[in-house]
Amino acid sequence: MNSLARIEIPVAEPVSDTTERPLRFITCGSVDDGKSTLIGRLLWDTKAVKQDQAESLQSGSTPAQNSLGLLDFALLLDGLQAEREQGITIDVAYRYFSSGRRSFIVADTPGHEQYTRNMATGASTADVAVILVDAQYGVLKQTRRHLAIAALMGIRHLILAVNKIDLTGYDRSGFETIAAAFAVMARGHGVDDVVAIPVSALRGENIVQRADKTMPWYQGQTLVEALEAAPAMTQAQAAFRFPVQRVVRPHEGIRGYQGTLAGGSVALGDEIAVLPSGLTARVSQIITFDGRRAAANAGDAVTLTLDRQIDIARGDMLAAPTQPPLRGQSFQARLIVLNDDGLDPGKHYWLKSSGRRQRVKVNPESVLDLAGGDWQPATQLTVNQIAVAELRFGETAIFDRYVDNRVTGAFILIHPDTNDTIAGGMITGFPAGTAAASPDDSSERVVISLPARLADRLIAHEAFSSFREHARISRLAEGDATGPQRDIDLSA
Amino acid sequence: MANSIGRSAGLNPHLRALENESIHIFREVAAEFEKPVLLYSVGKDSAVLLHLARKAFFPGPVPFPLLHINTGWKFSQMIAFRDLMVREYEVELIEYANPRGKAEGISPFSHGSARYTDIMKTEALRQALDQGGYDASIGGARRDEEASRSKERIYSFRTPDHRWDPRNQRPELWSIYNGLIHSGESVRVFPLSNWTEIDIWRYIRAENIPIVPLYFAAERPVVTRDGMLILAEDQRLPLLPGERPQLEKIRFRTLGCFPLTGAIRSDAATLDDIILELETATLSERQGRAIDRDQSGSMEKKKREGYF
Repeated sequence: MNSLARIEIPVAEPVSDTTERPLRFITCGSVDDGKSTLIGRLLWDTKAVKQDQAESLQSGSTPAQNSLGLLDFALLLDGLQAEREQGITIDVAYRYFSSGRRSFIVADTPGHEQYTRNMATGASTADVAVILVDAQYGVLKQTRRHLAIAALMGIRHLILAVNKIDLTGYDRSGFETIAAAFAVMARGHGVDDVVAIPVSALRGENIVQRADKTMPWYQGQTLVEALEAAPAMTQAQAAFRFPVQRVVRPHEGIRGYQGTLAGGSVALGDEIAVLPSGLTARVSQIITFDGRRAAANAGDAVTLTLDRQIDIARGDMLAAPTQPPLRGQSFQARLIVLNDDGLDPGKHYWLKSSGRRQRVKVNPESVLDLAGGDWQPATQLTVNQIAVAELRFGETAIFDRYVDNRVTGAFILIHPDTNDTIAGGMITGFPAGTAAASPDDSSERVVISLPARLADRLIAHEAFSSFREHARISRLAEGDATGPQRDIDLSA
Repeated sequence: MANSIGRSAGLNPHLRALENESIHIFREVAAEFEKPVLLYSVGKDSAVLLHLARKAFFPGPVPFPLLHINTGWKFSQMIAFRDLMVREYEVELIEYANPRGKAEGISPFSHGSARYTDIMKTEALRQALDQGGYDASIGGARRDEEASRSKERIYSFRTPDHRWDPRNQRPELWSIYNGLIHSGESVRVFPLSNWTEIDIWRYIRAENIPIVPLYFAAERPVVTRDGMLILAEDQRLPLLPGERPQLEKIRFRTLGCFPLTGAIRSDAATLDDIILELETATLSERQGRAIDRDQSGSMEKKKREGYF
C-alpha cells in the first residue's frame, strides 16, 4: 500500500470553493397542488427522463396521459410497486437532473399524514425549499406548515411556485396577492429571501420554458432560473470544526485524524483545540490521496496530523481555540419526532452527532402547533410533532447552535432497544435559566508558568475544561520561560 | 504501482463535493462496523467505488476485503481486469460462486434469466454474506439508476435473511448515519447514492481511473437476440441455428453477465467520446439489461429478496 514513508507526497493545488456543488432542494405541497406534475415536468423538460423510461410508463396499466394528451408526469415519480398499487407515495425519493448550468438533487416527499417526518428528512440536507400553492386557493393552512418546517430545518431561501396559474386565466393581481401574503408569513419565520413565480406545471409554463405569450406581465425568473441562481448552503463562514471520524496509524510516527471539515477552514501551523479535553496543538500536515495541502475548507474530507502527541479518539472534535463550541451536560434542542411510538421522557436514548454517540435523557418542554404557530406545554411526544426539549447527558457533550452550524448543531436520537432512528434534533443553546459555565465575577487573574506535561494534565482536568474559554494558554520555548509577564503580552 | 497522487487537483467543485460525501460515508462505515466488505462487481461504478475507498483511507490501507460474486457468466475481460486491479492496488479479494451453479448446471440459457439471476446472484450474495458474517456491505448502486433505487437510503437496513423492506427503512437526516444493528442484521451502504451516470464518467476521466476495455467502442463479433446485441466472442455462448456473429462497432454502457447484457452500437472509443455520447443519449443506462425487464417492478422485487 501507499505509505508516507516511501512516497514523497507532492503539494496539491488549492481546491476551489464548493459553491458549485449540486444544489439540493425540497418540494413542498399536497397532492392537489400538482407537486408530482411539477417535478415530472422539471425532469422531462431538462431531458432527465429517457425514452425507454417513458415507454415503460406507457406500457403500464394506468393510461399514462393527462388531459392535454401529454405524458402523465406524476407516473415518472412512482418508484415502488406498492405505491403504484395504492396510488400513494411513500417516504422520500431523490431525483437528479441538470439544467446544463447546474446540477440538482430534489428530495421528493409525499403529501399524506407522515408529512412532517418526511419533509423534515428531505429538508435536512436541502439548500432551498420550493413551496407550491394552487393559484386558485392561495396560501392555505398547509402552506403555513410547510413554511414552518422549512424554516425550522434551517432553510433560508424559498421559492414560492404559484401553480395552476392557467386555471385563473393568468390572473396577475391574484398572483401578486398570494406572493405578498406569503412574503409576510416568511418574514414571520425570519426568512426574507423569497422568489415567487407564477407557473403551470402541466403546461410547462415558467418551469424551464418562459411563458411570454400567456404571461407577458411576468418578467421574473423561471423556476429553473431561480434554482440556478440560488445559493448553496455552506459552513465556510462558520468557525473551524473537525469532528474526528477515525484515527489512522499507517506506520510508526504517523497518527492521522480522518474526518470532514464541518465548519470554517484550517491551514498548516494553525493552533487547534481538542475537545472535550481542551488540549491544544498545531496542525502539522493536511494529507489527501492527491497530495499534501496547505489548507482545507468546510466540506473537505482530509487527514490531519498534529505537532504533538495527544490522546484523540473518534468522536473528539478539533476546533478553533478562540471560537470553541458549546460544552456542557445539558442543552436545549428542537426535535422532530420520527417514530410511531413517540418518545418517553426519562428514558435513556442514544444521541448521535458528528461521530459522537452518547446516552441522553430527553425532557419535553413544549410542542409546536403547526397550523396556529403557537408553542404548547407538553410532557409527552408523539410522531410528527415538533418539540422543544431539554437534553441531559451523563458526561460532557459538544455542540454548536444549529443556526451557527448545520452540521455540528444537528443530531439524531436512536432507540436503544429497536435501534430505530426516532428523532432528529437541532441545538438551540443551553437550557433556559442556565448559562454556560462562567467564571466568578472577579476580574482578578493569576498567571502560572508550568512544565508542559503538568499543564496538559491540568488543562485536561474537567474543572479546567469547563472554564476553558476564559483561560489563556501560551506555549513558550524553553529559553523564553523566564517570566510569566511575557505570556500576558503575547496573549493581550 | 499505478499511483495517482497529485493528479486530481483540477476536480471541479461538483465532483469534489460528491467525492467528499462518499469519503465521509466510507470512513463512517469503517469506524462503526465490525466486519465490512466492499461488493466489487468490476464495472465502472465498482471502479469508482474502489478508487474512493483508497482515497478515503489513505495513508492507510483499505481496511476491508472486496467480495466478487462470480456467476460464471461474466465477460472474460472483466475477470482479467479484476485480477489486474487486485494486484495493482494490493487489496484482498474474496471470490464467491454459488455451488449450485456447477452442481445443477445453472445457466441463463437453460434456466431463463430470472431464475438464473435469483440463484447465481441473489442467492449467491446471501450465501457469501452469511459465510463471511459481514455486518456492512458496501455497494456501488446509485439512486438515478432505476426507480426503486431512488428511495434507497445511504445506509439500507437488512433483516437477518437479507430482506429489504421499503416501508421499514430508517429516516436519514443530514449526514448522520444510524449504524446500530442487532446481531445477524446488516446494513448495505451506498456511497455513490447521489452520483449520476454522467458524474461517474466525468470522475473516471478526471481521476484517470482504469476501467474494463469493453466500455470503449471497438469492432467485436455480435449476434442479435430479443433485440439485444450479444457479444459472441466467447466459447460459452451456444449459437442458435442460423445465427452467425457479425462484426460491429459496439461498446457496453453497463457490464454484467455477458448473455444478459446488451451492447450499443457506438463509435465512442475514448472517455471524451463516451461523455459526449451520454450527454446526448435518449435511452437510459439499464436499457441494455435483460434482468430489469423480466416484469414490471422487477428490480424492486429482486431488491426485496436481497439482490443489490
